[in-house]
Amino acid sequence: MIKLLYFASLREALGAAGESLELPAGVASVGALRAHLAARGGAWEVFATSKSLRAAVNQAMAGAEARVAPGDEVAFFPPVTGG
Amino acid sequence: MAISVQEADFDCGAEIAALSAADDGAGAVASFVGLVRGENIRAMTLEHYPAMTEKALADIVAQAEQRWQLRRVRVIHRVGRLLPGERIVFVGVSSSHRHDAFAACEFIMDYLKTRAPFWKKEETAAGAHWVDARESDDAAALRWESGR
Repeated sequence: MIKLLYFASLREALGAAGESLELPAGVASVGALRAHLAARGGAWEVFATSKSLRAAVNQAMAGAEARVAPGDEVAFFPPVTGG
Repeated sequence: MAISVQEADFDCGAEIAALSAADDGAGAVASFVGLVRGENIRAMTLEHYPAMTEKALADIVAQAEQRWQLRRVRVIHRVGRLLPGERIVFVGVSSSHRHDAFAACEFIMDYLKTRAPFWKKEETAAGAHWVDARESDDAAALRWESGR
């Protein structure tokens, strides 16, 4: 299982703050996870269409090639706007 | 370094004083305070990613400590609902000489703006909306990558 978290406008668009997910066979990177989530259709297609969506694996910023393994916490969110 | 993410306001004077208290080697203190602008905004709500926020801020401060000779660093970022004029963020740096304090303070703010997981939602007369990230903030952070 991995823990998924969604923040800010993404959380509102999906209507979910997070979920636990059994990592499907063959999904081992942030990019592959995005494709898997986008395949749910509807609002989830943002995972395929958004160029600005950011990811963090275990609380560290991560690119599409970053590895994802069972036990990880993976967060998706729009570009940050603090300060 | 000392980092706080909190709903409560902070006392700028006390924070600035603490940066050089009982430290004879401190010759400079630079600070930045970010505020909620009131133009067309009724309130602003700051959301964050609690498990990551302090880790991201600590990483930014650690990078500043590698680049410049710093004595103390203090970062406070507020979360929750804030009204126009309220303080959002405090960055304070002490060093032996002013250049390091000025530069590190600006660097920490530029990196915080683009790398720390906070998101602003504005409430206006027309409704609430999430604030878009600005390219100028990315450019401000990028200039530290080159020409060091």
